[in-house]
Amino acid sequence: MGMTMSEKILAAHAGLAQVAPGQLIECPTDWVLCHEVTTPAALRMLEERGMDSVFDPERIVAIPDHTVPSMDIKAAKLYQKLKSWAKEKGIRHFYEVGRAGIAHVVLENSGLVKPGETLVSGDSHTCNAGALGCFATGVGSTDLAGAIYLGKVWFKVPETMLIRVRGRLGPGVSAKDLVLEVIRRIGADGANYQVMEWVGETIDAMDMEARFTLTNMAIEAGAKTGIIAVDQTTRDFLQARGVAPQQYTEYRSDPDARFVRVVEVEADRVEPTVAYPHIPSNGHLAGSDPIRVDQAYVGSCTNGRIGDLREVARILRGRQVAEHVRMVIVPATQAVYRQAASEGLLELFVDAGATVSYPSCGACLGMHSGVLGPGDVCISSTNRNFVGRMGDPSAQIYLASPATVAASAVAGYITDPRRFQTPGQTPGETDASR
Amino acid sequence: MARVWKFPDAINTDDILPGKYAPFMVGDDFHRYAFHHLRPEFAEQVRPGDILAGGRNWGLGSSREYAPQALKRLGVAAIVAVSFARIHYRNLLNLGLPALDEPEIAASLRDGDQVTLDLEAGTLQRGEEIFHFHPVPEFLREALKEGSILAYYRRYQKFPGEA
Repeated sequence: MGMTMSEKILAAHAGLAQVAPGQLIECPTDWVLCHEVTTPAALRMLEERGMDSVFDPERIVAIPDHTVPSMDIKAAKLYQKLKSWAKEKGIRHFYEVGRAGIAHVVLENSGLVKPGETLVSGDSHTCNAGALGCFATGVGSTDLAGAIYLGKVWFKVPETMLIRVRGRLGPGVSAKDLVLEVIRRIGADGANYQVMEWVGETIDAMDMEARFTLTNMAIEAGAKTGIIAVDQTTRDFLQARGVAPQQYTEYRSDPDARFVRVVEVEADRVEPTVAYPHIPSNGHLAGSDPIRVDQAYVGSCTNGRIGDLREVARILRGRQVAEHVRMVIVPATQAVYRQAASEGLLELFVDAGATVSYPSCGACLGMHSGVLGPGDVCISSTNRNFVGRMGDPSAQIYLASPATVAASAVAGYITDPRRFQTPGQTPGETDASR
Repeated sequence: MARVWKFPDAINTDDILPGKYAPFMVGDDFHRYAFHHLRPEFAEQVRPGDILAGGRNWGLGSSREYAPQALKRLGVAAIVAVSFARIHYRNLLNLGLPALDEPEIAASLRDGDQVTLDLEAGTLQRGEEIFHFHPVPEFLREALKEGSILAYYRRYQKFPGEA
């Protein structure tokens, strides 16, 4: 019986020839990613038990990102805790504010995590890295503590759902729309305990940034992770970050591998999709209801990459954010920030009436820099729209692609970005005709 | 006797403990904010030994372990649900809070039911009715004998159940 690529990676790590879904294994972790919000809790658990050592300081990556630059004194203490621990344990891969950004996006570009490896982190969007063909999953503080101490974690081998995407995404339609459409179809627990493996010509044609958006959102369908096999696009991406093919193992699913379910998607038929409150599976066609927005937010580990910012710029060029809307744009990393600056995007955003904030998780989880007030309506390129996620529990969060967020910011209400295919045309007339 | 607190489908980690009531934000009393938005009376009125009954996909969302930790601190004895989101499920088991995925039992429990839970025997009794549930996995019972999975790691330097 064949194995899926995830089963092969887990078997190789557990030192087994074969694993099957449901089997409990002890899995060595090649990498442990630590941020300042969940790691201090794990460290306290270890310290209380006198387990004050790390399995391998070279294999731990510490990136403060949720509360940076420290928004208050409590956050500053978390930052200090992570930094002093990293120093004490000889963890070289600590990323200081000003040299980092959102941990998942920093990590995907670091050249550290490679295909065929395993990664855990105390953060549910760890599945992001699965686009590199590795097995990456989020865990709680106890599992994180175990991984820091032993370099191992227990796993129940998951079943795999295959998502096969054919055809081409239309203009103005992106990977975010595709993943919101899939989650709409399968539900917010549609892939619970499972791996979502993406294949097909649409995926083959995608750049790495779009692929990360797909694997990043796996958790929003309940999945253990998302994963995409290595191809030339992956190899080129890694080569550009100093990683040669000899340094990693490529796994792919056998033709006779067992998939728990196969979901077929016609990319041509995917439309700009907005997940309405309060669950990411509540997808609707963008612009199908006239919903006035107070805030438009572009950022997060899901959609804060340079390609996302270019999409936003394409729509904002020659236009203005609607008078009653505040638009917050958060480049995911310092590298994205710099690239956006060199391309003149930051100037364009400011001229359009948007503000640009420091690379951070920020308002995605209601921490800072764009927190929502009572009754606020926000269209956001982030990943989760639960009650209270971005601030006040009475606020309404609509999830969408960067293009839809930008189009909605200009229109002042949630709108289909395909209305803005041509540059610099003011939408006044079209607005009035609605 | 313990009380049953019944919840709907898709209870997420921000329902259980809103992110802004994280321990580093509000201090050591974070458990007092459990279900603060959804059922503000819960943290005051729940008693040690009480049982939570949920629907589908209990605990979706964040990996933040202080959500299940808040329930543990309030003395919740077990959570019975139709199904659990997987990170949360791990966190519950790792903390030693039994998570029982028992669709039929979860569906038949009502808010305010008075019940008696016997984890060893694998039973939940309501009046004359006795429900039987599947036992927690062997390896976890082994770990829980040590108190938690971390305590097990410390003592044996390995995963419970491995040779």
